[in-house]
Formats: sequence, structure tokens, C-alpha cells
Amino acid sequence: MSLYKKSLAELATGLREREFSSVELTQHYLSRIDAHAGRLNAFISVAHTAALASAHAADQELAAGRGRALTGVPFAHKDIFCTAGLRTTCGSRMLDNFVSPYDATVVAKLKDAGTVLLGKTNMDEFAMGSSNETSYYGAVKNPWNTKLVPGGSSGGSAAAVAARLVPAATATDTGGSIRQPAALCGVTGLKPTYGRVSRYGMIAFASSLDQGGVIAGSAEDAALMLAVMAGFDPRDSTSVDTPVPDYPALLGKSVAGLRVGIVKEFFDAGLDAQNQRRIEESLALYTKLGATLKEVSLPNLPLSVPTYYVVAPAECSSNLARFDGVRFGHRCKEPRDLQDLYRRSRGEGFGAEVKRRIMIGTYVLSAGYYDAYYLKAQKVRQLIAKDFRDAFAQVDMLMGPTTPTPAFAIGAKMDDPITMYLNDIYTIGANLAGLPAISIPCGFVGELPVGLQLVGPHFSEGAILNAAHAYQRETDWHRRIPQGCA
Amino acid sequence: MALTRAAIESIAQLARLELNEAEIPVYQDSLSRILDFVGELDRAATNDVTPMAHPLAGLSQRLRADVVTEADAHARYQENAPQVAAGLYLVPKVIE
Repeated sequence: MSLYKKSLAELATGLREREFSSVELTQHYLSRIDAHAGRLNAFISVAHTAALASAHAADQELAAGRGRALTGVPFAHKDIFCTAGLRTTCGSRMLDNFVSPYDATVVAKLKDAGTVLLGKTNMDEFAMGSSNETSYYGAVKNPWNTKLVPGGSSGGSAAAVAARLVPAATATDTGGSIRQPAALCGVTGLKPTYGRVSRYGMIAFASSLDQGGVIAGSAEDAALMLAVMAGFDPRDSTSVDTPVPDYPALLGKSVAGLRVGIVKEFFDAGLDAQNQRRIEESLALYTKLGATLKEVSLPNLPLSVPTYYVVAPAECSSNLARFDGVRFGHRCKEPRDLQDLYRRSRGEGFGAEVKRRIMIGTYVLSAGYYDAYYLKAQKVRQLIAKDFRDAFAQVDMLMGPTTPTPAFAIGAKMDDPITMYLNDIYTIGANLAGLPAISIPCGFVGELPVGLQLVGPHFSEGAILNAAHAYQRETDWHRRIPQGCA
Repeated sequence: MALTRAAIESIAQLARLELNEAEIPVYQDSLSRILDFVGELDRAATNDVTPMAHPLAGLSQRLRADVVTEADAHARYQENAPQVAAGLYLVPKVIE
């Protein structure tokens, strides 16, 4: 069996049992990355030399019998996580030349765990996008059909895992940026509870929504990664000081008796009929496994996209004010004065969608509009969070589609921002309420994968991973490999 | 709501973004449509609702003691700077 067909869990075991070395495994994946780089554009940077050095070090640990859960396992970071010595672009011309002086906490944790960083994955610029078309480094292609988008903003991570160029990759989710690309690429994407994973060194987009997580081949693999990534960090003031469960050990429990809420508002007019059929088939499987289904209503959920497009741009306009052409990042040539330096450095450094969101945010926070837009949105957000709380009083978790449709054509929605924003209609609610959620592959429409979304109460990562794992023990959708990548 | 050209220029100035001639009508159109779209929020009755301050109920931003925790590393940070001299960031002259 070829190594790339193995799960991350199998690879970790194989390394500890010395069936293959980390250097062999790293070379195997690096050659796959090189072979598919031009076709998929999933990577912004590949760290050939550093990866092999890490693999050598991991092999020494393994030889000494000091191998831990992830020692020697190769993976990739979304290019939003700061990596000391390896450039971090955030998919933007603004940071094309930026080499972080420090590691993000997630980067340091995975390094300390003995993993091997292969490279940094492509993404929508500053994580603003749902198709990976806003990247300064060009669109990522969907491995299932390279004329289609992989979703976004973590499109590079999702495409790389789907094409088996890495067994797992980190990702971030502000409005669906882990789950939506995971769904469109047929892989597993976990967005943890707000505050579960440190955001220190994760370039900020919308600070009350951003959360780091992981894209992997299965719930089991995601659990292994989360166990290392999660935990309190004094350097992130939004990090929550609560113990990290042993996520892999929580898997394997029966889902008999699990109370599953079916969100009425998820099955709206925008849901593709064939997507809906795959979701219904998956729910039927959960019933067969002993779960009970109950319809629940989240009446304010249809307002989640407009709420998000006030809150997220407002926070982004503030967070991106730091890019001023003075201390780091792009600077325009021959500035006439300080105003010109700011305006041209930002005008040239940011792409069209980032500028659009900065301007929306600037407008809704400006004098005279704050109450009408920002305060109003924060109140509606409270209503949406309450809808989720009420639902979790009746059921253990919610299930439904991750996206309205399978992957769409590159270029199809770039001229119409609102149509693009509506891709995240089923995912944004979990961000507004700070909830953990996962997307898992649940079948195909034609050649294209469909994602089933599970949303749980705060800090229920163990429960939703277990429910996802129960499904993946009964199905093999997550093991399918796109043609051309096998 | 239709934003005027002057409104776009004013927002761009507040955000310190240089826009070219071609960009202005594009943002006039898309920002106007987005503001109409988020106008849907007016449908929600929110009279007695407290605005959400933190996604996790009952939690707020943690504070820490006001003490120095980082060592001076300005030389390392300035490796990313477009222009420095004598440990200082250089910008165009501000006062004539």
C-alpha cells in the first residue's frame, strides 16, 4: 500500500513501529507536492530542506524509543500562521516579503510534538473569501475537477489533504473557512469552540469570530491534531483556560441514544436537491446507528449572513489598520508624504475583496452609522446565539448540510460578492455563536463531494468528533481519492 | 441605498486606501448592494436585547498584570521594515 493512502493515525503508528522512517515519509510527500504543485496551486511555500532536517531529528527520537503521538508525521500550515524563518504571506501582496520573527503558538506546539512541516498552503487573501480566488498567488484548483474552486478561505489546506499531498493541514474558520472547503474537497474539517485553540501568531481577520482548527482525512486524524493544537495560552487574551480532553480516547463510543437536531432553516430554498438527498441519506444512517432525529428551529439563523457582513468587516477594518507600510509589509515606491505612503501602500498591497471589506467595516463603524449597523448586528448576533442555546436544551448536537451546493466553477461568482457570501449561509451561525462544528464527506453529486455538518454546544469537540467517527466507521466517502491524485 | 462617488472617496480616505478611477464605480455598486443586503437586519426586533460582547456567555477579555514580559528584540523585528536607520523606522518628512 502506498504511504499517501494511509491515514495520519496509521502513519503515526507506522513511524513508531519503524515500518518506514520519517525521512522516507517526508520525501514521499514532498515528491507528491512537487508533482501536483502546478496543477493545483495548493502551496505558497514548500520547505524542502527544513522538512528533511525535521524528519531526521524525528527519526532519531523514534530510534531512541521517544516517539510520541505525532512524532515524524508530515503536515502543512495554512499560510496565516506565523512561522519563524519561513515566510508568512496570508495570501497577500502586502506580506509577500514577510518573514515572521516568531512562531505562532499552534506552530510551536506542533513543532514541539515532533511533526514535520512541509510547507504553507494557499488561501484567500487575509482569509477573506469562499473560493480561494482572492489569493495574490492565484486560485487553488479543486482536485476533483480542476476547473472548479476548492472553497475557501482554507482552500489550499483542503485541496492538499484531498489530493493526499499532506495527511493533515492547519486551517482557520471565521465564517466557514475550514468547513466549506473541507466539504467541497471531500475531506474532514474541524472548527473548534472559540477560544479552544490559541490565536497568538494567527494573523487576525475578525477577532470575535476567528478560530484555528484542522483539515484532515478523517475525524480520527482531526482528533489527533486537535489534541496537540488545543489548550490555554496566556499570550491570547481570548484563549479559554479549560482542560483539554484526550480527544482520540473519546472516539469509538456508540451513538445509540444520541439526540440529533435537524435545523429546519438549513433546508431552505437555496439547498441543492441532490445535496439535500445526500444529507438525508446520512441522517438515515445515524438513525440506523441508534440516534434519534428531532426537527428544531433557529428562527434568527437566516439573518446570520447579514449579521456577519457587518461584524466581520468592522473587525477586519480595525485589525488591518496595522498594515501601514511603515514597520513591515508592502511599501509603495517614492511616497510624497505620510498620507501618500499609507494610501498607496495599502491600495497596492491589498486586493479587491480585502479593500471592499475594509471599506464596509470603515463605513459601519463611522460616526452616525455605528448604532444602525454595528450595534444592531451585535444584538441580532445575541438572538442567533440564543437560538442555538435553546436548541441545545432539546438535543445533543445539530446536523445539516455544510454548503448549499457542491463546488462551483472558477470565476463563476467573482463578480457578485453577495452570491459569493451566501456560500457560507449554513456555516456562519457557528462562528457567530462561538460553537464547535465539523464537516465530513457524506457522498457525491456526480463526481463532486458533499459535506455533512455537525454542530455542538461549546467545548463539545469530543462529542462531535465521536459522532463523525461513528459515521466514518460505516462509510468510505472519506477514503475516496480524486482521479489524477491516486 | 446608493452610495455616491464622494461617499466612496470619503470612506477610502478614512481607511487610507488609494483607489484608482476604475475601482470607484465598482465599489460604489458593490458597497451599495452590500449595505442593502445587511439592511435586512432591520427586520429583527432587538429593543430589549443586549449587544453580544463575547461569543462565550459570561466570559470577557482576560486582563494581565502590567509588567514587561518580552525581551527587547527590535533589531529582529526591524528586519521586516521597509526602511530603518539607527534603529528607527523611517517615514517621509511629517513636519516641513
